[in-house]
Amino acid sequence: MTIAAPLRVPEYEHPSLAACPACVVVPSAQAQAQAAMAKPTHARIMLSLPSAHCAACISTVEAAIGAVPGVRSQRVNLTLKRVSVEADAAVSPPQLIEVLKRVGFEAHELDPGLLSATETDKQGRELLMRLGVAFFSMMNVMLLSVAVWSGAEGATRDMFHWVSALIAIPTVVFSGQPFFRSAWAALRVGRLGMDVPISLALILATSISLFETVYSGHHAYFDAAVMLCFFLLLGRYLDHRTRAVARSAAEELAALEVPRALVLVDGVEAERPIAEVVVGDLVRVRPGGRMPVDGVVTQGTSEVDRSLLTGESLPVFAGVGTAVSAGEVNLTGPLVLRVTAAGRDSSLHQMADLVAVAESARTKYTTLAERAASWYSPLVHILSFSAFGFWMWKTGGDLRFAVNISAAVLIITCPCALGLAVPAVVTSASGKLFRRGLLIKHGTALERLAQVDTVVFDKTGTLTMGTPEPVGLAEHPVQALAVAAALAAGSSHPLAQALAQGVRAMGVALADVSDLREAPGYGLEGIWRGQTVRLGRAAWCGADPLAVTATYLAAGDLSAAFRFADTLRPGALAAVTALRVQGKQIKLISGDVPGAVGELAGRLGIVDWTAEALPAQKVAMVRALTLAGHKVLMVGDGLNDTAALAAAHVSISPATALEAARTASDIVLLGQDMAPIGDATRIARQATRRMVENFGISAAYNVVAVPLALVGLATPLAAALAMSLSSITVSLNAMRLK
Amino acid sequence: MEILTILIPVSLILGGIGLAAFLWAMKTKQFDDPSGDANRILMKDWDDKPKP
Repeated sequence: MTIAAPLRVPEYEHPSLAACPACVVVPSAQAQAQAAMAKPTHARIMLSLPSAHCAACISTVEAAIGAVPGVRSQRVNLTLKRVSVEADAAVSPPQLIEVLKRVGFEAHELDPGLLSATETDKQGRELLMRLGVAFFSMMNVMLLSVAVWSGAEGATRDMFHWVSALIAIPTVVFSGQPFFRSAWAALRVGRLGMDVPISLALILATSISLFETVYSGHHAYFDAAVMLCFFLLLGRYLDHRTRAVARSAAEELAALEVPRALVLVDGVEAERPIAEVVVGDLVRVRPGGRMPVDGVVTQGTSEVDRSLLTGESLPVFAGVGTAVSAGEVNLTGPLVLRVTAAGRDSSLHQMADLVAVAESARTKYTTLAERAASWYSPLVHILSFSAFGFWMWKTGGDLRFAVNISAAVLIITCPCALGLAVPAVVTSASGKLFRRGLLIKHGTALERLAQVDTVVFDKTGTLTMGTPEPVGLAEHPVQALAVAAALAAGSSHPLAQALAQGVRAMGVALADVSDLREAPGYGLEGIWRGQTVRLGRAAWCGADPLAVTATYLAAGDLSAAFRFADTLRPGALAAVTALRVQGKQIKLISGDVPGAVGELAGRLGIVDWTAEALPAQKVAMVRALTLAGHKVLMVGDGLNDTAALAAAHVSISPATALEAARTASDIVLLGQDMAPIGDATRIARQATRRMVENFGISAAYNVVAVPLALVGLATPLAAALAMSLSSITVSLNAMRLK
Repeated sequence: MEILTILIPVSLILGGIGLAAFLWAMKTKQFDDPSGDANRILMKDWDDKPKP
């Protein structure tokens, strides 16, 4: 029985990326990353393509990238939703992302160094190889066994048994290794795992059959031994693949944050991996960039967006002397930071470490499969041994007969269908969810998701996109709009851009504002009809600040405050509605101000909301709900949610979330659309039901077959029938998921 | 029944060829992108002439 172990943070191996001999001559991308100064002439770029899904997507993406000058080769991998590009060093990832955006594909840069581990999935190949060998033997041995069952006698039967033995024994030795190894590991620490009865059945079936063959016996179980091997390996391979896909995606998410910083060396910018940045370095952060390190501003003024760390949607002023933390986004002006902590010491990483501790608590969840295994294995052994004892006594010491019976019992009860019961369902369900844009990172996440009765949402970046949208523009005089939009058009600040776009959408012509100037961190200033006009922070414009996100206009009599609301994430309403229809309790907990939170809660129809919650309060609320007997699903993206994500029964975060938040959550939402969350809970419940049904089916087969085996009526034919029929029924049942 | 001395080796050899083909396909990474391969067959890009 394969039990999905909790996904650990993968250890990155760094084998050569060059997969074919021809590529050995070109430097690997990893070497390039390590020696960024060495001026590579050739680059390997990996981009994640979350929205690619069909043949047309492949053609479009490959054609678009192929048309970029300098690109040598490109190939889309649809299974992993990635494109890998070999190109001249002059081609940069942002350039390709721009090209893909123009043809309608969302793309993110991946760090090829971090991805190398998935490309050589050695364990998966090894399992597949063993599976292939078992399949080949199963077919051949079955062919010979059918001849025996249909009446081959005497020398012919013996010869068939000998040929079967020649095929089956090496197969069991080779293909059975994963079971023998894990059974041995379990026995050494004094446990009785699922692999102990499996190994025992394999060894016993093979050796008894060999014995019977040597003494020209009637029954040999070679076909049963290889068939067991095949079906069990199939279950194990499915399980491994589910985990490998999740692991590669987890690596992919880690690789999304290409860790580079612009370090100033004697006033000259140099791009360096974050790992090489040390305390005391000067780092430049461009507008729109994320702070790579913790530091203090030494030059420049700007505004920073702290929403990922604290949940506040209102940008905060940053000037000389302001301390900033890694993960915050610089909005308007370039900043130079003196590094106070980098890499592992940065506040971002320390938070992530805390999460790792909180997470280990959750791995204590006992899965359905583990619960089934805990009573199943002892029962099987007891049955088999008592059959042996009984027949020894009954036949007056006929060892051969008694061993035969007890082997038949082991073979028939061997958890063939049990081994497939969970992996088949998990594979089918996670495949369905992946196609809908949800990635299951944790093997037990589906089972836990099925139990959820309370859903806690974060606001900024989760239910909203974290991008502002002006509200109530029509309340303002047209002239104020025209002036404000003319000023706003000159800035890349998210509020300014949203305002300019909103006004343009209303069809208002821009006013004629001259001498436009941006004061980073404060706002914009210009001359309109001979007077100075300003758009920006409340204090700078001489206005009283409002409780919600707003920008202020000062233009003589035309003073105005433009309010903003966060853009709702597509599908947020659908997801919340679907969850409510399913009878789940819905809560909204945000670190933002009450005005903004209340407004959003109203739009989504959420009654139960809390604003200005500190990270610790979020965790406390999740814990309190858990203590009250609720199973909590936490959906969040920020660093302030991470601890709550880890404390919840099961958690979901969007792909845009911080790495720490994604690490802490069990399920990652790959696209922008949030609607799949509603589907996910439904599919999870269905999947758990299928698993229970599968256990029922395999138990039912045993109820029929075990008494036959106990009284000594089970023939190899009966064992083969029971085994293959139950395995097939279980797989078909798993496919019924909708 | 003498025919068996030919038929059994033949069936084993045929099965062995299948196994060898499978191992070769796995070594050359033919199973790395199953859904991509399933879709590439539907692409119309090289219908009129082979890919250069």
